[in-house]
Amino acid sequence: MTSVASQTRLARWWDGDLAYGFRRSPVAIVSALVLAVCLVAALFAPWIAPHNPFDLATLNLTDALAPPHGMAGARPEYLLGTDDQGRDVLSAIMFGTRISLLVGVAAVALSVMLGVSLGLVSGYGGGRLDAFIMRAADVQLSFPAILIALLIDGVARAVLPRGAHGDVALVVLIVAIGVSNWPTYARTVRSSTLVEKGKEYVQAARVIGITPAAILFRHLLPNVLGPVLVLATINIATAIVLEATLSFLGVGVPPTRPSLGTLIRVGNDFLFSGEWWITIFPGAALVILVLAINLLGDWLRDALNPKLK
Amino acid sequence: MRRMLRALLAAAIVAAAFGATAALAVTFRFADQGDALSMDPHALNESLQLSVMGNVYEPLVGRGKKLELVPILATSWKQTAPTVWRFVLRKDVKFHDGTPFTADDVIFNYERAKSESSDMKTYVAPIKEIKKIDDLTIDVVTSEPFPILPDTIGFWYMMSKSWCEKNNAKEPVDVRKGKENAATLKANGTGPFMLKSREPGIRTIFVPNPRYWTKVESNITEAVFTPIGNAATRVAALVSGDIDMMEPVPLQDIEKVSANASLKLLQGPELRTIFLGMDQSRDELLYSSVKGKNPFKDKRVRQAFYQAIDENAIAKTVMRGAATPTALMVAPGINGFVKEQNTRLPYDTATAKKLLADAGYPNGFEVGMNCPNDRYVNDAQICQAVAAMLARIDVKVNLMVETKATYFPKILSRETSFYLLGWTPASYDAHNPIFALLMSPGPSGRGQFNLGSYANKRIDELGPQIASELDQKKRDAMIAEVFKIHSDEVGHLPLHQQALAWGMKKNVDLVQLADNINLLKWVVVK
Repeated sequence: MTSVASQTRLARWWDGDLAYGFRRSPVAIVSALVLAVCLVAALFAPWIAPHNPFDLATLNLTDALAPPHGMAGARPEYLLGTDDQGRDVLSAIMFGTRISLLVGVAAVALSVMLGVSLGLVSGYGGGRLDAFIMRAADVQLSFPAILIALLIDGVARAVLPRGAHGDVALVVLIVAIGVSNWPTYARTVRSSTLVEKGKEYVQAARVIGITPAAILFRHLLPNVLGPVLVLATINIATAIVLEATLSFLGVGVPPTRPSLGTLIRVGNDFLFSGEWWITIFPGAALVILVLAINLLGDWLRDALNPKLK
Repeated sequence: MRRMLRALLAAAIVAAAFGATAALAVTFRFADQGDALSMDPHALNESLQLSVMGNVYEPLVGRGKKLELVPILATSWKQTAPTVWRFVLRKDVKFHDGTPFTADDVIFNYERAKSESSDMKTYVAPIKEIKKIDDLTIDVVTSEPFPILPDTIGFWYMMSKSWCEKNNAKEPVDVRKGKENAATLKANGTGPFMLKSREPGIRTIFVPNPRYWTKVESNITEAVFTPIGNAATRVAALVSGDIDMMEPVPLQDIEKVSANASLKLLQGPELRTIFLGMDQSRDELLYSSVKGKNPFKDKRVRQAFYQAIDENAIAKTVMRGAATPTALMVAPGINGFVKEQNTRLPYDTATAKKLLADAGYPNGFEVGMNCPNDRYVNDAQICQAVAAMLARIDVKVNLMVETKATYFPKILSRETSFYLLGWTPASYDAHNPIFALLMSPGPSGRGQFNLGSYANKRIDELGPQIASELDQKKRDAMIAEVFKIHSDEVGHLPLHQQALAWGMKKNVDLVQLADNINLLKWVVVK
């Protein structure tokens, strides 16, 4: 079954087990469709959203707190109502999803890069380096990811020059979440590497004098990437939730450019007063997005698991 | 069956007995959106801090239920010469640690409140020296005649000299520099309540002071103060009965709280004025796209900001009507408020844009704005609304919203270009905001909260005269002149006076002061 893990190229996927499995799994198809809708809505928000909530000049306080369609006092131009600043909730969700997805994907890419490289080096190199990297991972795993992210954000605020924080808040957020998640990848990749490095193709490569770097990245990497892919899909969802949490705590993006998390936090204050749409709609969007990614990740894990075949 | 009945009866008796003892212990749990930043009464001149500390520490002269002057640690006071006030101190007052309160403590507190790290310098600024006549008599000498001295020292709390010396707390905690000492977490005052335990940001517990010098109305045996930052959580805690009282009730939930049969709502106008300040002293703003010059030095820019802000919309929508738009830095009810002067410049985006263009910024500019999110009613939302309104005249506001624990240290060290602040005149007289907010920063607390360093020579001249003028008419005229200059120059951007809204259980009786001070000595739980 090693062939499954090695078939990583897109073209070969399409004819292979994976695509076949996908076509046979309604859950996977529905999740993929939902995710696609979310992606399109988020990516093309500036063009398809009815309003631009990030353009402060277009906000008008007299439009604030309009209820969604179907309720008394609803305004035709605001399908899902407006929040306390007069932002169109639907547009705010689309723009907010953009930030949440960007943070989620970029943070996971960063943790994958960090984790996979360190895991490969650790597993292949062994010895002291291995021990050092793995103990570092252990130490970090003993802290909750949110604490690490808060720490990085705090340090960045202290270190960065005055006024710069607003501009790079998003980058800091990505780095904070990315760095807080690398150990899981490093561990997974290390264990796969330990299995793979004893195999004949690696020994053959070594015998013909290929450099360790080339062995790591050309030969080992494709063979250990399967589990990483599964982890990554699930972790995108985790990263989005972590960003929502950080924004909820007020260390994320500035309030004038709300992400999904910020929207939910702001809306929370209005839960008791009957203006439920400010928090329920962004909350539902977050749930749907995370659920779709998680289901897809779950399916991928099962599909790539040879023991379940 | 009978045995079971007997067991039930026994259980009922035990329960009744427990119930009886529970009735004797009255715990009052109250919550606010923020926490006191330390237990040091001289560390931060902010209403919540002063309100919380006012249960443990006491001033010489305080305020009663109708804000009238009442003797607290001083039993009488009179002016013996134009610049001398004689205070007779109360006999047999003991600090919580048992040491007696004497004239030496007052002198010590004068030095402490005057010291570099103190945030209460404005309160003792008019005082030149304090002379000890005997253990219970002092002469307070002011540099100029200061007829309203007793009115101005209501938040100058007395600490124990020996306790501060013993605990290495001779200088106040400094929130700006992160300087801490024993007074960060401990307290030893003369007040009706003693600090039992303090967990910053979690809970602060007070118990009655058995040695208090007079009887208090309150029947509570323990008071637990909890900061609950999230508005919805605060309402939920009150509705579910987790707490007995909280403030502020979020504006969107006022109806819900007043409709609840087990709760009551106490509303009233507050003396606090919410305003925006701008850095007018640096040659280049710390946070702005304009380099080499400071746009806020130009009156046209300040006026453009003023006229671009639709305060009526803020009062109506963000504040849900629970705010009174203002053109002055003082509220009605403060001595020196003149109704005729309280007319705002009209909201007019076109004029604002033109003013900005005349000043040389036809395409606007970028500026950073600092804003707290747990200090004033809907503070962060006000700032967002202001940012949106300024965007319409092409001013791009980079909004930095944060908790007051990081906000105050930052703006008090003037690390800001554009900020939101609220001010309640502690003396109920216009001299206090003139001295603290409008006069240029100077020695002994002058302009200590003029965080944008607005400066006008004439106001600096009039300030001391207002303090010492005895003729009420002349004094009022000078105050009016100051406010006129300040309005003409657009020194700050006054927004509104917010309204107080406290929510509590039906069985709680307390006194709501217009300066948003809640003293436990008046809390009765029935």
